[in-house]
Amino acid sequence: MQDIIETIIEGFQTLTLNKMRTGLAILGIIIGIGSVITLISLGQGSQKSIEDQIQSLGSNLLTVSPARQSSGGIMGAQGGSTSLTLSDAKKIEEKLSTTLISKISPEYSSRSQIIAGRNNTNVSIIGVYPQYADIKKITMSKGVFITERDNSSISKVAVLGPTTATDLFGEIDPIGKTIKAGNQTLKVIGVTVSKGGSGFNNPDDMIYVPLTTAQKQIFGKTNLTSISIEAKSKEIMVQAQDEIGYLLLSEHKLTSPEEADFTIMSQSDLLSTVSQVTGTLTALLGGIAAISLLVGGIGIMNIMLVTVTERTREIGLRKALGAKKKTIITQFLIESILLTFIGGIFGMIFGLTASFVISKIMNLSYVISISSIALAIGVSSLIGIVFGLYPARKAANLQPIEALRYE
Amino acid sequence: MGALAVDKGEMSEFRGDNMIKVSKLSKIYSIGEVKTIALDNVSFQIDKGEYVAIMGPSGSGKSTLMHILGALDQPTSGQYILSGENVSKLDEDQLADIRNRKIGFVFQSYNLLPRTTTMQNVMLPMSYAGIEKEKKLETAKKYLEMVGLGNRLLHTTNQLSGGQQQRVAIARALVMNPAILLADEPTGNIASAQAEEIMSIFEKLNNQGHTIVMITHEPDIAKHAKRIIHIRDGKIEKDEKIKH
Repeated sequence: MQDIIETIIEGFQTLTLNKMRTGLAILGIIIGIGSVITLISLGQGSQKSIEDQIQSLGSNLLTVSPARQSSGGIMGAQGGSTSLTLSDAKKIEEKLSTTLISKISPEYSSRSQIIAGRNNTNVSIIGVYPQYADIKKITMSKGVFITERDNSSISKVAVLGPTTATDLFGEIDPIGKTIKAGNQTLKVIGVTVSKGGSGFNNPDDMIYVPLTTAQKQIFGKTNLTSISIEAKSKEIMVQAQDEIGYLLLSEHKLTSPEEADFTIMSQSDLLSTVSQVTGTLTALLGGIAAISLLVGGIGIMNIMLVTVTERTREIGLRKALGAKKKTIITQFLIESILLTFIGGIFGMIFGLTASFVISKIMNLSYVISISSIALAIGVSSLIGIVFGLYPARKAANLQPIEALRYE
Repeated sequence: MGALAVDKGEMSEFRGDNMIKVSKLSKIYSIGEVKTIALDNVSFQIDKGEYVAIMGPSGSGKSTLMHILGALDQPTSGQYILSGENVSKLDEDQLADIRNRKIGFVFQSYNLLPRTTTMQNVMLPMSYAGIEKEKKLETAKKYLEMVGLGNRLLHTTNQLSGGQQQRVAIARALVMNPAILLADEPTGNIASAQAEEIMSIFEKLNNQGHTIVMITHEPDIAKHAKRIIHIRDGKIEKDEKIKH
């Protein structure tokens, strides 16, 4: 033990003799470990953000969407079917509301260009019933949400997500103002509270209108793009999913589940799908970053080979004074492990700082995983061993007389 | 001191005070088809407490002999026994152990670790022997004082003159209390005034009972020894005892 500590101190002294070279070798590892940690941390952060967002929509949620339709063997586009209608939603409510489901919300959504005064933006317009707000846990910061009456009277009213409100009206209070969607003029009656989200289908960047208005006035369609259903409890989710499925099959006059022109996704299905996708993405990013770690490792090997050549006489002397092969291997391995270990520590600090800053900028969750720290320390030491072993063995195998004669 | 040890078959094989016993030692280097005989059937003995100079022109085989005596190299054939241990049949790590415990090297170019202190240099062989720290410090200090460098313990080696560096090397060679002190052209890189100093240290060590084998090509240096073995073309040419 005492020997090892002495060798570590000695190795440290040797490394400080050539600070520039040591620094550059370490830099390779810092960048490698740093980028692996940054990318994995960002990947995990965005995964968590997406999962949180899905979770915030409620865990008892089922979503019915139209699926590809096949007619006589010819497949339609995925999700492109118009098979889902308001009568399907009414049928589900009628048959299952006493037993399995507590709320049901038929929806029609599509993207459209919206104009308000001199500003315009391209957002999702979603036609809804008031239950939508309950199911998706939407609360109002100003004004009111879409009501039953708005639907029955096909009112030309709209509720804006906070991002859309800012895009269109800036700091001005949008309540009572009008926006233009297609050739329709809608009056703003409310603004929702921010739910914090990003990307496609961001609940903060949406316009809510009565379903009837969306279908008849704005888009001229009769089908639905989705039906959101809240089950009475988490336990009956699977049963509800099955019952809704059979009901819709019979409604659509289909006989087997293979022919289904709709899909029913539960929140947990969605969550696992998304987790799988983001998990793969994280692994991919980590893998790309690992390449830079590999390059860093090769840099270490290069430096250690140069060191061994430079110190041939020293190695010869050490062997003449009684150093065994194992002693020489240990000495050089400790030097390379020191290089990569120090690189790993700094790389970890760099990676955690960078991922913190980036996740703040990109508004993602910040995840520090213990695995990143274990990775920094474990992997960097491992790289030291793997890439240091060849130079160390080369040193240990030098013949003492040859080494002593080396100029 | 020991008797002349020319191998004429009349010396006893079982003399107790043999420090070095070399018999029929040959070293042949083959580079491709070409064979070079560096040592040709050399036999001699060196007793405990002797001070021997091995002399010869370059290419005579004296360096090869020194490498084998120093357990840095193995003979092609023949036997080498160092204080009772047969060195000719050992593997690499066992040789390292022999070098560590039984041989104290003094090289022409000192071979000290650069930018490290004299203490660290002198402690190095003891580290390889796994000696504990207090003992190492104490021993290193004792031998550095003995070679007159008690006031240079924490100087780095590049702050010392050639003669001083060689004295550090001598201290380093002595710390393991080796069976022989093996010096290869110890004064080759040193100015003559300082060379005399080194020689007087050797003399003192020999008077204390240390066995010294010194390789040199300088007659002036060789005459400090008490016996000179002349080597030419891989053979012992002359083995003479010097009267002081």
